[in-house]
Amino acid sequence: MKGLRKIVDNVKPTFVEGGKLGFLASFFDAIETFLFVPNTTTKKGSHIRDCIDMKRTMFFVVLALIPAFLFGCYNTGSQVGLEGFTAFWYGLVRVLPMLAVSYVVGLGIEIVYAQIRKEEVAEGYFVTGFLIPMIMPVSTPLWMVALGVAFAVIFGKEVFGGTGMNVFNPALVARAFVFFAFTPQMSGEKVWFSDWKMMGATDATTGATALEQLATKGEMQWSAMDAFLGFIPGSFGETSTLCILLGGALLLYTGIASWRTMLSVFVGGLAMGYLFQAVGMTEYPAYYHLLVGGFAFGAVFMATDPVTSAQTNMGKYIVGFLTGALAVMVRVVNPAYPEGMMLSILFMNALAPTVDYFVVEANIKRRNNRVKTVK
Amino acid sequence: MSKIIKLRKGLDINLQGKAAESVVDTPLAKEYAVSPLDFENVTPKLLVKVGDKVKAGTPLFFDKNNQRVLFCSPVSGEVSAVNRGEKRKILNVVVAADANQESEEFAVLDLKKASRDEVIEQLLKSGLWTMILQRPYGIVANPADQPKAVFVSAFDSAPLAPDFNFALKGEKDALQKGMEVLAVLAGGKPHVSVKANAEGEMASLNGVELHTFAGKHPVGNVGVQIHHIDPISKGDIVWTVNIQDVAAIGRLFLTGKVDLKKVIALTGSEVEKPQYYRVISGAPISTIVAGQIKKQAEGDSVRIIAGNPLTGKKVAQDGFLTATAHQVTVIPEGDKYEMLGWIAPRFNKFSVSRSYFSWLCPKKQYKLDTNINGGPRAFVVTGLFEEYLPMDIYPMYLFKAIIANDIDKMENLGIYEVVEEDVALCEFVDPSKTEIQQLVRDGINLMIKEC
Repeated sequence: MKGLRKIVDNVKPTFVEGGKLGFLASFFDAIETFLFVPNTTTKKGSHIRDCIDMKRTMFFVVLALIPAFLFGCYNTGSQVGLEGFTAFWYGLVRVLPMLAVSYVVGLGIEIVYAQIRKEEVAEGYFVTGFLIPMIMPVSTPLWMVALGVAFAVIFGKEVFGGTGMNVFNPALVARAFVFFAFTPQMSGEKVWFSDWKMMGATDATTGATALEQLATKGEMQWSAMDAFLGFIPGSFGETSTLCILLGGALLLYTGIASWRTMLSVFVGGLAMGYLFQAVGMTEYPAYYHLLVGGFAFGAVFMATDPVTSAQTNMGKYIVGFLTGALAVMVRVVNPAYPEGMMLSILFMNALAPTVDYFVVEANIKRRNNRVKTVK
Repeated sequence: MSKIIKLRKGLDINLQGKAAESVVDTPLAKEYAVSPLDFENVTPKLLVKVGDKVKAGTPLFFDKNNQRVLFCSPVSGEVSAVNRGEKRKILNVVVAADANQESEEFAVLDLKKASRDEVIEQLLKSGLWTMILQRPYGIVANPADQPKAVFVSAFDSAPLAPDFNFALKGEKDALQKGMEVLAVLAGGKPHVSVKANAEGEMASLNGVELHTFAGKHPVGNVGVQIHHIDPISKGDIVWTVNIQDVAAIGRLFLTGKVDLKKVIALTGSEVEKPQYYRVISGAPISTIVAGQIKKQAEGDSVRIIAGNPLTGKKVAQDGFLTATAHQVTVIPEGDKYEMLGWIAPRFNKFSVSRSYFSWLCPKKQYKLDTNINGGPRAFVVTGLFEEYLPMDIYPMYLFKAIIANDIDKMENLGIYEVVEEDVALCEFVDPSKTEIQQLVRDGINLMIKEC
């Protein structure tokens, strides 16, 4: 440890402002604080501080994504006719370029912005960058991923002031951008299956996703158990509800994601599903909605984003419920576009501040009334 | 027995170095200091110069913003220095103590006959008025105001805080007298809050409105107690007094003398033998910590804090005890790099987050240093501050209103009800490492300026 510290200390003067490579100060700082928690001590206020920081918080979100990611690797291979470890290996190789593009482009832009603002690089993108490949269909061309990432980071986040200031979930902005900018390439059946011929991958018998089948035929070719475990076509990381719930359990246990949001998204989705079932608009059971498409992934990893979701506890219940309900409504009522989760979360991102506004106003009113009752 | 007010929110941080129940009487020190910086919003104007002879209770300076408020010497002797900082700002006035201590003589007032004005005048002249603080804002009270009520918290719930039942043993008469003084000021019974199951002598004080609280820190903060007894709204003024200061006020009215002795808890993981010390207010820190700080390894250093680790002030080894401190804490400085610390399990560090393991061992006592454990970021995590501020307030929205300098919002969201100590836990738990106590003080100062 001491040796590494010495090396860092030796090169540090080159990278501080005024040094030869001063324009890389934020980049250097990001690496240094990654390797070493800084020796900064408290100057004002509380002399002791909790040992949690943003890095740890974001790291645990990435950790929670790992089960779904690993399963995504396996499923990608299995959808093109591979089995066992080969399937996993195939999927991993298939997704790595996308992951690399996501991080290189996204972090690159983040570092430039941090340098312009003379701030430290915020950790938010470590999560966003991991999320983006997981919510894209596996055959999304890399240049599209790069464009989507650039758009999301610049217009979804940095124009608002960076991590913590953004209105919309950046990963979903990327997904929405890619979907709406390249609709012909991003819809249809082919994009959900890997197009790389290697390791003995067969030409997949492509078919409609579970969501599309439910929307058009009112039933799907897979059993509910297959959908729950994740052996269905879909975006890279979204198919296995089981693995997503494993990650969700970690987030809830550590308290990093809000159980209020997560629970109420599921409740909202179920309630809406049962309503449609009751009035006869759908024939399949309501819980199917939670198993197919991006519902579970969105509920656990996207709707719970603390920055873009509601900030008050009451607001979390309301926004969560509406997110779930709206997602199912889009799925059932809108025949042209079978997936509602992405749009629902983005829409509720826009609405969340308004919900919070009313919750806080109620608090102000309650506090003002208190005066009258006491006196 | 009144009903117990139970608070669910809050946090007790279990630190090493709690003071043992024994008191050391410190000898008279060479010098004592009074600092205007121990009080918020005070602009001092000197009344003495170096070389002047003073007694305990002789005014040293007054506050230009609140001209009747005098700050007096805690001991008799000779003014030996007026220390100034940038722009000639007065840092403190130092008095070299005489071997024979004398006090200014004040009349022993009969509180049943004396008018409220006479009582106020006595407190002002003796300098003890500075112990009476006003909410909102946490500044020295204006003697021209008539407060809605007076509140006293009889216990401190901060980490390693002194046990006032122990520190004030034998001061029952002074406390009783002090409460009578407060009753005159309030025009009614003062509110006194005690801790459930540790009420001690405090519960037997007469002529007070007794409240019993249970829960975790900040349950002992008078601001939190006021919120649950009779909350402050716009236009309200209430006064608060620390329980040890009540005893000092009581002694003035019992004897007619200024006697600023108090019992300080010396605490913290770097103290050889944490225990209590009887000192005179404004004493040099060295009289308390000398020979008591554990030997440090090479390259390590300690931080001495006048007060508790959440809200106290950092003082130098040759500095003086602040007027408001009832505790001195010594903890290690955290000016060390920690390799990959943010991934490490960190068994010896404390966190409220379950991404660490400290929640598994609630009884464990921690040795925490002053490292900030991260870097400053924008607010990201939500719903966390609410758990550590037991008030009907949305802290995040209040903080954001302060950042935006939005006076209307600050007022509506509760700026009148909080001072720094109430939000100290929010600052402690914040993963974004925002300086929240300073933020709240900035907001309060803006309110004072604009309203």
